[in-house]
Amino acid sequence: MDKVGIVGVGQTKYERRKVGETYPDMIYEVTVKALDNAGLTIKDIDNVITVSNDFWDGRTISSMAVQDACGCRHKDISTVEGDGLFGAFYGAMRVLSGSFSTTLVVVHNKCSQSKMNLITNAMFDPIYTRALGLDAITSAALQARAYMETFGVTEKQCAKVSVKNHGQAKNNPYAQLPLDIEVDDVMKSRVLCPPIKLLDASPITDGAAAVIWADEKAAQKAKAAPVWLKGAGHMTDAYHLGDRDLARSPALVGAAKKAYALAGVSDPLKEIDVAEVSDVFSYMELMWYEGLGFCSEGGGGQMIDQGLTGMNGVLPVNPSGGCLSANAVMVAGLARLIEAVLQVRGEAGDRQVPNCKNALAHGINGPCGQSHCVMIVGR
Amino acid sequence: MSQKKDQELLFVSSGEAEQPFEWSAGKHISKLLVEMRDHKRLIASKCPQCQKVLFPPRRVCADCFVEMDELVPLKGRGVIRCFTVLNFGFVDPNTGLQKPVPLASAYIQLDGTDTMFLHALEETDFHKIKIGMRVEPVWEEKRQGQALDIRHFKIIDE
Amino acid sequence: MGKRTAIVGTGQTKCSSARKDVNGQELINEAVRRALEDADLTLSDIDAIVIGNMDHFEGINYVDTWSVDGSGAYLKPIIKVTTGGTTGTTVAFAGYYHVASGLFDKVLTVAWEKNSESDTTGAIVTAIEPILERPTFGGAINAMALQASMYMAKYGATEEDAARVAVRDRKHALNNPYAHLHLNITVEDVMKSPMISYPIKYLDMCPRTDGACALIFASEDTAEKICPKPVWVLGLANRHNYTLFGDQPLVPMITMVEAAQALYAKIGITEPLKQFDVMELYMPSSYSGVQWIEELQLCPYGGGPELIASGVTDMGGECPINPSGGVLSTNAIGATGSQRVAECTLQIMGKAEQRQVPGAKMALASGFGGCFWSDLMALGARKPG
Repeated sequence: MDKVGIVGVGQTKYERRKVGETYPDMIYEVTVKALDNAGLTIKDIDNVITVSNDFWDGRTISSMAVQDACGCRHKDISTVEGDGLFGAFYGAMRVLSGSFSTTLVVVHNKCSQSKMNLITNAMFDPIYTRALGLDAITSAALQARAYMETFGVTEKQCAKVSVKNHGQAKNNPYAQLPLDIEVDDVMKSRVLCPPIKLLDASPITDGAAAVIWADEKAAQKAKAAPVWLKGAGHMTDAYHLGDRDLARSPALVGAAKKAYALAGVSDPLKEIDVAEVSDVFSYMELMWYEGLGFCSEGGGGQMIDQGLTGMNGVLPVNPSGGCLSANAVMVAGLARLIEAVLQVRGEAGDRQVPNCKNALAHGINGPCGQSHCVMIVGR
Repeated sequence: MSQKKDQELLFVSSGEAEQPFEWSAGKHISKLLVEMRDHKRLIASKCPQCQKVLFPPRRVCADCFVEMDELVPLKGRGVIRCFTVLNFGFVDPNTGLQKPVPLASAYIQLDGTDTMFLHALEETDFHKIKIGMRVEPVWEEKRQGQALDIRHFKIIDE
Repeated sequence: MGKRTAIVGTGQTKCSSARKDVNGQELINEAVRRALEDADLTLSDIDAIVIGNMDHFEGINYVDTWSVDGSGAYLKPIIKVTTGGTTGTTVAFAGYYHVASGLFDKVLTVAWEKNSESDTTGAIVTAIEPILERPTFGGAINAMALQASMYMAKYGATEEDAARVAVRDRKHALNNPYAHLHLNITVEDVMKSPMISYPIKYLDMCPRTDGACALIFASEDTAEKICPKPVWVLGLANRHNYTLFGDQPLVPMITMVEAAQALYAKIGITEPLKQFDVMELYMPSSYSGVQWIEELQLCPYGGGPELIASGVTDMGGECPINPSGGVLSTNAIGATGSQRVAECTLQIMGKAEQRQVPGAKMALASGFGGCFWSDLMALGARKPG
């Protein structure tokens, strides 16, 4: 793989409801932030990838809202509809193709503007499943139950993820929900859909994020040294929940395998310095440990019990607080990449993992983490 | 040899599937809607770099990629730059009901601006509409801070 | 850096106003199977999949993950790209960039739409800015009509001038078994058809169609090994410049002007009418068919009617436009841009049967949609140097 790296990043603060801001407002904010961060101007950007979802935005051709704000006048532009990390993947490919030396990737969502359960209900098959009223939370509850029953993972073990991530969010000025909580607080929080309780679930969030990819030559113009893409892969599982083994994530295993192969990683627990994964629900983080090969199948619960993924652990996971602390759907995946980049740069402030040479970012898309994207970045 | 029976092909209807939204208007559009609601006035944004006046008002001049703070008041009259009269109805996604037709609409360039914007015309006979005609807004008596506080634009002699 | 990329297979479904015999996944699968068959490949040969459509027409969220049974994406990478009417070309562009990046060797793209499943105009109206523009917007026909009225007033073009485009494209469609509408009409028929939105009449406008189109892209490492006549992607350019419809000059349509300038500069086109052998252009109304050929530099501004009347763009002319019948004959909106690419590919492969332009070696495909956005893709028989 040729060299392509990130030279600029920008995020909004993630908030429950950004009343005074529109999609273009947020996109302009993060575009300017990313350009400043890179020390580049809009003229240095060769092409743009926007990421948005028509259902979440309430308009078909949702990309139309942000054309002006992302500075795409006189440039090629395209749009990925899916998690921001997948959009970043496409943005990187556009540079690797040789057609462009830089790509700006932007993603936005204002989950506060509509009803999450109606929007996520719409991802289920209209002929058989939708009328059952499944949405993101109820389907996650099904998966959580399947996972916990299959491997004997407990609600308390899942709760430890929430305690860890909300606590770590205190070090992240962008996070929406930094919280000082104990396992007991999670166990006593309002039941949404058993076994998922309020503190097991990510919040409703508004936000936007941007990254700038550059090839080797263009990266020389940027302020900071680029953080190179070392490996990447993505993969999709089957669609109907009943066609899948919900306790396992073969798509994540496949995506990670590709990313590790490109990056030359054979023992992720030893060789990856920090990981930012998409913990949309607390149980998911444990499942993703397994899919990413940090432990064997079913070993997620033990990993969190042993504290292996805390800030002092052998592989810190989600120092940013993860999706549990801020989840503007789709933005979350790109936010994971941005956090990974900041870690490698040594710019992660209070959430910095010492001696970070490489970092892993992970994003999911579709019901119950059907699609997974894994990226490894480093110097 | 038996004949193959025609297979019954079914549909599954979504029924009334609502997707309610509450979109933030943002600072600039909010200012415009408040001006419209309270004072029957229109305002536009002016770019500090290229000096273009853009209606509807917005934060970023896309050509220059700079923020615009300056707001310019408009008289409200303008010119028809193009028009059409739609004859067939469709389900209006904002109401869920059939959109009444004929629906006459035009891109109007308001005096003092460099862009066009879409709004309805009063006249629905396309023989009587010509590009270049001057128009002025017809305001609703009770206004709520929305686009249709201007019911439509009417052609004037000027 | 970057791999030269070719298209090695195409697949189009039967298109009609309502494909009641298939659900969405089955429609997608029909196109996918045909493309694999055309390329003589199996699903296991495919390294990645790109899918596209316009969400609100079918009311399905996260179409990429939903499509798995139909698109073949089980345990493969799949992403969705969507940019309104330009989706079909955006999907093709994405297929190209996947392969050109060197990360994937053979990539399947599928673009589809089942317009029969919803109120097409109602869904299109949701594209437009919800607070200020939506209350008075009347859909795609509205937008086309507004631009048409401006063009006519500026250059004195007549409704008959546009009607000739409708006659040409609909006649061409008679040679295309995949086309939705097969109508043999005259200018008089168009003039007598009901006025939908002044100046667009019923026969001036595209239908709403159910259909899907799949393409298979392959890198230079394998294209020539697996395909007797791979069709090389020579260049791409697009401009989705605008957020608000009224911000841009409609006449000329600035996005098409810029995209053409960018593409032609990239691949050395100075006389498009001479250098291209055939064009498949996304022109949803006959008026667009008159105006946008000017933006493509096929004739000077205002010269569209004369070029159309000259017969140069008819079958048998110097540069036939829309031998497939174009968008006026088939418009499965999400798929339409891909169908333009597929038809150009068939032309260069020599597989276009009754609608073949003899000896076609260089073709231009265009996409249109969104806020008057434009996409262009140039394809050729010769591997780029």
